[in-house]
Amino acid sequence: MLAAFVIVFREVIEAGLVVGVVLAATRGLVDRGRFIAGGILAGFLGACGVAFFAGAIADLFEGSGQETLNAGVLLVAVAMLIWHNAWMASHGRELAQSLKAVGEEVKAGRKSLMALAIVCAVAVLREGSEVVLFLYGVAAAGQTTASSIIVGGLIGIAGGAVISALLYLGLIAIPLRYLFGVLSALITLLAAGLAAQAMRFLAQGGWLANWVTPLWNTSGILSEQSIPGRIAHVLFGYASQPSASELLAYGMVIVIMLVIRRIVAEGRGHQPQGARISA
Amino acid sequence: MKLSKSRSAMLVLASAIALVAAPAMAASANHIVDVTLKDHKFSPDKIEVPAGKPFKIRLKNVDKSADEFDSDDLRVEKVVGGGKTSIIRVQALKPGTYKFMGEYHSATARGVVIAK
Repeated sequence: MLAAFVIVFREVIEAGLVVGVVLAATRGLVDRGRFIAGGILAGFLGACGVAFFAGAIADLFEGSGQETLNAGVLLVAVAMLIWHNAWMASHGRELAQSLKAVGEEVKAGRKSLMALAIVCAVAVLREGSEVVLFLYGVAAAGQTTASSIIVGGLIGIAGGAVISALLYLGLIAIPLRYLFGVLSALITLLAAGLAAQAMRFLAQGGWLANWVTPLWNTSGILSEQSIPGRIAHVLFGYASQPSASELLAYGMVIVIMLVIRRIVAEGRGHQPQGARISA
Repeated sequence: MKLSKSRSAMLVLASAIALVAAPAMAASANHIVDVTLKDHKFSPDKIEVPAGKPFKIRLKNVDKSADEFDSDDLRVEKVVGGGKTSIIRVQALKPGTYKFMGEYHSATARGVVIAK
């Protein structure tokens, strides 16, 4: 049961952290519960689908289907997060002041909500399909320990939800003045980390041939297998052995985020005070 | 107005990402190592490969349930379904020992790659 808990918790923690950030970023938006719950549900259904068709997916692209799918959904999440950050740069101040989307803001808010719902769906899809495969394998094997493993798995899922809630509560405890700055910095690093991860899957799938070997190894200091390493991996894109392509993707996403914020801020005619990136 | 501006920036970004991720199929036809996963154990569980060259592990999972070939050391993770065979691409390694495991049965499914 403990082993099952550890495995499921490790997978679910990633999705849980992403959902926690998204919940904090959408605080005060009308209908956010529906959108995010919808995203999680869609991700769960997608995870079951991916698990069910795992064999067929794996056979695509000369056996690189799994890696290609992973890289693809990660890049979709990156694009959605960039979209959201641009939106937050132009609306964050109003939101910080009133914490309520009104009038025409509601419409724009919906698009951003949809983008973030997709991010949740992607996070749940990726981690969820592995959990589904693991639990299904255990259940199908009909071992005597199956029920205790399933119980361990369910506790693991609950644990992921707790992490998500803790992160959310921690984030919303931040004074509103700083909340949007912290959130946009977090979303920027989250997106940068996802882009770097996508590079690793592209390399593993054979789509990237150069700049794929690790430049250094810090696993002795912080292992990605450990829970703190896992959390740092999700929130800041920490990798103990990054390659040049991963670092480039990471840096590029940060630069793109900053450039878009600058463009949006200029479009508004002034710097968004509450929404400046302050890492 | 500001929206269209940010939208064009988004386009630039999308194409930039596409550029980085552009298909550049790695030179294939390199070393392939056959590994079998049976009763949640790898055989061989010790793989020797030449250092400095990328290689592939062809993992045949003869168990009924799926497992995830997972290695932080080798920087790969791949789910291999029950009764399925999958290719795992590994980048060139420096000489050393690299641990891997089947994450779903990590108590028994463990092995090492030794690069020389």
